[in-house]
Amino acid sequence: MTNTLHRFGSAESFHDDYVVFAIASKGRNDEGALDKLRQFLQLAIQFKPVNLGDAIHGGALRPSRHVTPLSHWNRDATPDFAAVIQGLDAPTTVAAVFDNRVSAGDFVAAVRQADLGLSINISTSIDGAEQCCFAAGIPRHSVGYSLGFEGETTKLPDAKVMLLSTMCGHGMVSHNLAKKMIDWVKEGRRTPEQAASYLTRFCSCGVFNPARAARLLAQAARGE
Amino acid sequence: MKINPDKCVACGNCTYVCPMGAIYIDPAVRRATINQAECVECYACFNGLSQEHLNPTFVRTVRRLFQMARIRFEPEPDVCPTAAFEPNKLDWPRVVRRAFSDPRVPHESTGVHGRGTEEVKTNDVSGRVKAGEVGFTIEFGRPGVGVWFRDIQKMCLALARAGVAFEKKNPVTSLMSDLATGTIREDILNEKVLSAIVEIKVPVERTEEVIRLVWEIEKQIDTVIALGVGARCDEKGEDNQVAPILEKLGYKLERAKTNIGLGRITNQPQVTNVGRTPRSAADALVGSSGRERQ
Repeated sequence: MTNTLHRFGSAESFHDDYVVFAIASKGRNDEGALDKLRQFLQLAIQFKPVNLGDAIHGGALRPSRHVTPLSHWNRDATPDFAAVIQGLDAPTTVAAVFDNRVSAGDFVAAVRQADLGLSINISTSIDGAEQCCFAAGIPRHSVGYSLGFEGETTKLPDAKVMLLSTMCGHGMVSHNLAKKMIDWVKEGRRTPEQAASYLTRFCSCGVFNPARAARLLAQAARGE
Repeated sequence: MKINPDKCVACGNCTYVCPMGAIYIDPAVRRATINQAECVECYACFNGLSQEHLNPTFVRTVRRLFQMARIRFEPEPDVCPTAAFEPNKLDWPRVVRRAFSDPRVPHESTGVHGRGTEEVKTNDVSGRVKAGEVGFTIEFGRPGVGVWFRDIQKMCLALARAGVAFEKKNPVTSLMSDLATGTIREDILNEKVLSAIVEIKVPVERTEEVIRLVWEIEKQIDTVIALGVGARCDEKGEDNQVAPILEKLGYKLERAKTNIGLGRITNQPQVTNVGRTPRSAADALVGSSGRERQ
């Protein structure tokens, strides 16, 4: 899963983007991992994440198989953290997304205290992760750098779209939908938060950051 | 994936959500249509769109009336009003598209969801990348461009010629017919996927050589590449070996995934599993344990 690694943007643009995830390694520490993964998610809630999710069932805001016509006027966009925890039924990668370093750092310290034995990773700016580790008193074990995108980059859309769409590294948030949401916010047809919620529902593992998305949509609408 | 023409009302919502841009309204039939050559079977349309179950005739009539009156109804953009998407059975080799594009489907070769790789995120228990080594993830087609296996093979052949070993627990490696040459099995070369990751590991001293090789080969490949570089930190949590090389090559290091080293091996030693029933190639790739939200 490199799905959180290659988010587009400068280090500064990740000031409200901290993804902390837990993973069990197949054949090494996956036995009995399910309860530990649930504990990880449960622990995250008290630090006010903006999203939670697992790689099988998705995030805290999910598409519905049975929306009613009324939903076009009154759609519930409240993240359902309890559903994520209750729905987890097999060992996989689970993630908690925070919109500030203090919460992420405090959560990392709490995870260390809980001693789950799972691999824990922080995906954000290099400096942001170092600060979280420092606050929790943990030296980094390994680091995976993103070197960005290269090759036939003429096939990529503009930066404002990329900032949004690359928050789902699996590619489930299409460039076209991100562009459409920027346009809708620009035209005043949806608020940045509403537009962010549409994008969030497409992320299949709950690592999309709706808070950062709303900020980026508002900035893009203003032409910033 | 297919769209049921009896249900589709040509609202166009799905045309925006397809990561490949493979869905369009065909003016001849006035229905959403999938360009099957470009579709990578990622299921973003089926899994990502919420579903209403309205009567198609009713919706078409309302849409026609609104259109005549030049009234723009602004429905939710992430809803298929008639639940018109219907997954179809995928045979070999097309099933490869879904295995590499739909993140909900785990790769049987690694048991990992998403793109099927663990990289350095489990390095604290796997020891995959040790001090003095560098792990590369070369991801093709990301973000949102897609890649054909024939293009991935160009890079694999070049890496193999350079004497680089491929990570064995990797979905692309599992589809190689010859690990020594980096040859990918012929029957999937014309399959397109949303993205795929080639993983290799080399001594730190070869970091620059590998990157320069990637730079050379990527010019021959008709897609984008996302490079990831994994390194083991020292006891103080510092990386003073790999980062300077990357910066010397002109990379501005902005973002990283940091393994904080809290994992440990807890499984009991396993008894060897003999007499396991072999399964078909398609099953072996996608895995009978694959699950999806219905």
